[in-house]
Amino acid sequence: YPVFPQPILYSYFRSSCSWRVRIALALKSIDYETIPINLIKDGGQQFSEEFQALNPMKQVPALKIDGITIAQSLAIIEYLEETRPTPRLLPQDPKKRAQVRMISDVITSGIQPLQNLSVLKQVGQENQLTWAQKAIRSGFNGESFPLQTHPTLFQVSMADLCLVPQVANAERFKVDLTPYPTISRINKTLMALEAFQVSHPCRQPDTPPELRA
Amino acid sequence: MKQVPALKIDGITIAQSLAIIEYLEETRPTPRLLPQDPKKRAQVRMISDVITSGIQPLQNLSVLKQVGQENQLTWAQKAIRSGFNALEQVLWSTAGKYCVGDEVSMADLCLVPQVANAERFKVDLTPYPTISRINKTLMALEAFQVSHPCRQPDTPPELRA
Repeated sequence: YPVFPQPILYSYFRSSCSWRVRIALALKSIDYETIPINLIKDGGQQFSEEFQALNPMKQVPALKIDGITIAQSLAIIEYLEETRPTPRLLPQDPKKRAQVRMISDVITSGIQPLQNLSVLKQVGQENQLTWAQKAIRSGFNGESFPLQTHPTLFQVSMADLCLVPQVANAERFKVDLTPYPTISRINKTLMALEAFQVSHPCRQPDTPPELRA
Repeated sequence: MKQVPALKIDGITIAQSLAIIEYLEETRPTPRLLPQDPKKRAQVRMISDVITSGIQPLQNLSVLKQVGQENQLTWAQKAIRSGFNALEQVLWSTAGKYCVGDEVSMADLCLVPQVANAERFKVDLTPYPTISRINKTLMALEAFQVSHPCRQPDTPPELRA
């Protein structure tokens, strides 16, 4: 079997999508190199020709691993799960797997895309905060339903990897989390785990000094 | 989430189209909607996510309501063009007859409805020849025809095939 160099993660410290993948890599104890892509500097380094050739979506994260480059955080995480299966990030039971994917998709399709950088640029600076808050509240309101009716997920899963970075986004956009006690409780439990700490935006190679832990 | 689709099956209700599709794949595995090889599976999921996270959420009904009626068309077109620009490039390295190689996959299930959205929002598809070709090939298949919006129980009479 061909031996490939260490995986390379193209990541921005503050990107919640990148953080999801960083958590997965930490949980599975996969060593990797980070190439930071600053989404703001130089008009956005994700728009460089070099990066575009690597990932036409011009977004982070992208993971170069086993001779291929994968973009889209959940596609990356599912690949890691299939090729480095322990510890599990998806339960064995198909119904529980569906719950995990459903919660993950609520976040990755329903909330985050509506409050990411490129959309916020389009709505205009004076509208950004309100727009982001609305997207997050709306999603968290809907999110509470699957979390409350499916209390059977006792193992850390892909859904948790999506939750924590989204809660951090909520805090950044000053969304009051009081209406979401389940989300808050789960987030607090997860943040006590090492994988969620080492992958945190405040501990990345590209974390600015003033934000470093 | 107050959205469709939701599938009530085997005693549970699943929302989120890709979560539903992956459940169907795991419990009714033939014919396959995901290749066997993990690298090709990653490509299928990547393309699916480009559409389901990168394009569709930005042009769905609730977002369009927020941007205001006079901005809706421009907003939707921008979201679709931006996504299709990237997708066309991704497909250069993955596509055979279909999005990934020569077997219909979950990625193709995402592509066709998004192309229909593009047409509805009057996005010119000339810049996306790979997307157009694959869409045409898929629309010849029965599953893509019987499931078409123009053939549903709730299709309004004036739009019925």
